[in-house]
Amino acid sequence: MKQQKFAVTVDDLTVAYNYKPVLWDIDLAIPEGVMMAIVGPNGAGKSTLIKAILGIIDPIAGSVSIYGKPYKKQRKLVGYVPQKGSVDWDFPTTALDVVLMGTYGSLGWIKRPGKKEKKTALESLEKVGMLSFKDRQISQLSGGQQQRVFLARALAQDAAIYFMDEPFQGVDATTEIAIINILKELRKEGKTVVVVHHDLQTVPEYFDWVTFLNVKKIATGPVKEIFNDDNLTKTYGINYKVSVQK
Amino acid sequence: MSFTEYFELLFNDYTLRTISLGTAILGAICGMLGSFAVLRKQSLLGDAISHAALPGIAIAFLITGTKETNVLLIGALISGLIGAFWIRGITRRTHLKSDTALGLILSIFFGFGMLLLTYIQKQPNANQAGLDKFLFGQAATLLARDVWFMATVTLVCLLVLLLFWKEFKILLFDADYAKTLGFNTKMIDTLITSFIVLAIVLGLQTVGVVLMSAMLLAPAAAARQWTNSLGIMVVLAAFFGATSGVIGTAISASQNNLSTGPVIVLVAAAFVVFSFIFSPSRGLLFRQIRFVKNRKDLQLHKTLAFMFDIAKSHENISHPHTVKILNNFHGYTRKSLSKLEDKEYIRVEGLMWAMTEKGFHFAENLYNQQVEEND
Repeated sequence: MKQQKFAVTVDDLTVAYNYKPVLWDIDLAIPEGVMMAIVGPNGAGKSTLIKAILGIIDPIAGSVSIYGKPYKKQRKLVGYVPQKGSVDWDFPTTALDVVLMGTYGSLGWIKRPGKKEKKTALESLEKVGMLSFKDRQISQLSGGQQQRVFLARALAQDAAIYFMDEPFQGVDATTEIAIINILKELRKEGKTVVVVHHDLQTVPEYFDWVTFLNVKKIATGPVKEIFNDDNLTKTYGINYKVSVQK
Repeated sequence: MSFTEYFELLFNDYTLRTISLGTAILGAICGMLGSFAVLRKQSLLGDAISHAALPGIAIAFLITGTKETNVLLIGALISGLIGAFWIRGITRRTHLKSDTALGLILSIFFGFGMLLLTYIQKQPNANQAGLDKFLFGQAATLLARDVWFMATVTLVCLLVLLLFWKEFKILLFDADYAKTLGFNTKMIDTLITSFIVLAIVLGLQTVGVVLMSAMLLAPAAAARQWTNSLGIMVVLAAFFGATSGVIGTAISASQNNLSTGPVIVLVAAAFVVFSFIFSPSRGLLFRQIRFVKNRKDLQLHKTLAFMFDIAKSHENISHPHTVKILNNFHGYTRKSLSKLEDKEYIRVEGLMWAMTEKGFHFAENLYNQQVEEND
């Protein structure tokens, strides 16, 4: 077996908001090219883990590296899809404008997006099937369409690793399938995808790697090996039974 | 003085021109920055900051003993900034929500300011009179150099806005995401807040601490009704603010005993009311009209669909049926019949109705059309 390359490594990561730790001593290594789900009950720190990796939240202790270097030096390799509910969709702007924001990182300060950035944004909208909505005010999009716009914005970042916070929350079946197809496309291109996921039933179908999280890391590894009732019970604290499709 | 006299004077009278220019510039900068405050849901921040500026004015007077506007406004700026950053500190470090923090800072600073003002007024110093003009503002005290200073600040603010437009926009929409892209969100945030504080302090002399927040919020709230683009919203808000300033000054100059600040605020409020009712896409009036029309159309279409189902069961679609069958159908009124007849979907003869060819085809595709119309 060839030497496995890690896209993301997390060491001893601990995060606390007040006194109670939200994440406790997390060690995690995400191999390059996997499609990984982070699962765990509400308040398990799933979103917090992503936010700490991306530097949105300052951890109490621990370190994060992206391909061996600190996040700050590797920003351009990382794309992010926040929870849809984290922004005000009544903000006066269009779908295309939101997707253009994905190019701001590579532009840096002051420089405005030009033709090249616009082309990237339009291509990203096309990939998620939203090109015809490019000039639509974002409040007039449905929940699923808003989620696709967020996905397109991350695609416009043209990253190597994608972090997504519950991209399937509140979207209809059509959008869910559209999104998962895009994620599979990304994996084919050799990119790493990390998704905070709620629906345990679809884990074996969508993902090849999984991390069980409940403040502490319970387990991480290939879905085929570790997605079992034992780990689910340890994570969710009740006797959990799901029919794992082998 | 009548309105037309005012406009004649505007071009001849130096003082009036200065004041009008001052209130116009103030309205413009407040509208511009107010858009950001409104979109960040920090509408009350401006109110807290302006109230927090009062003790600064009093302390500046106590220390220096002058009533030089610039000196007093520096005091206002400092205490306004302290208030603003304490609010942020309180929300970040305690369990208190931002509305509580705003309320706390507003009332504590304002109370302290009022205390100092009454203390100053009791002093045997002839110089102390007139500090209370900062409560409601006094546009008449605007001097040409005040206006020049305002214009300079507005210009600098505009330049910074244009330069960091992209950064401001992404911070307003999605601050966390901006952070992951490598933007120093704290710095952009500080920049916006500082400019808002600056605009408030500039307006204290004209509008006063009590009404200042309305200058920030009203033009922005009105502008939001007319557009779905951030750029246009900022420009419109600046325009509404400037217009409120000029019209407010005109009204107050044409009447006796009407102080300028409150009149400007009322004019700005009139813009808000007008915009909330009459804006084509978000206004209450057109929304209500659209709502009622949609409902009526739907009811009519549903009636037609019901008739279609009846007509369908006959070999000849134009076979006449009695009107009575419709009586129990929810949403059917006498009017529906004549309306449907006007559109030539049905023919009515006495107490019988019959579907036309046109009505039949229309009813067949009814659902699809309804969906398309709303899309």
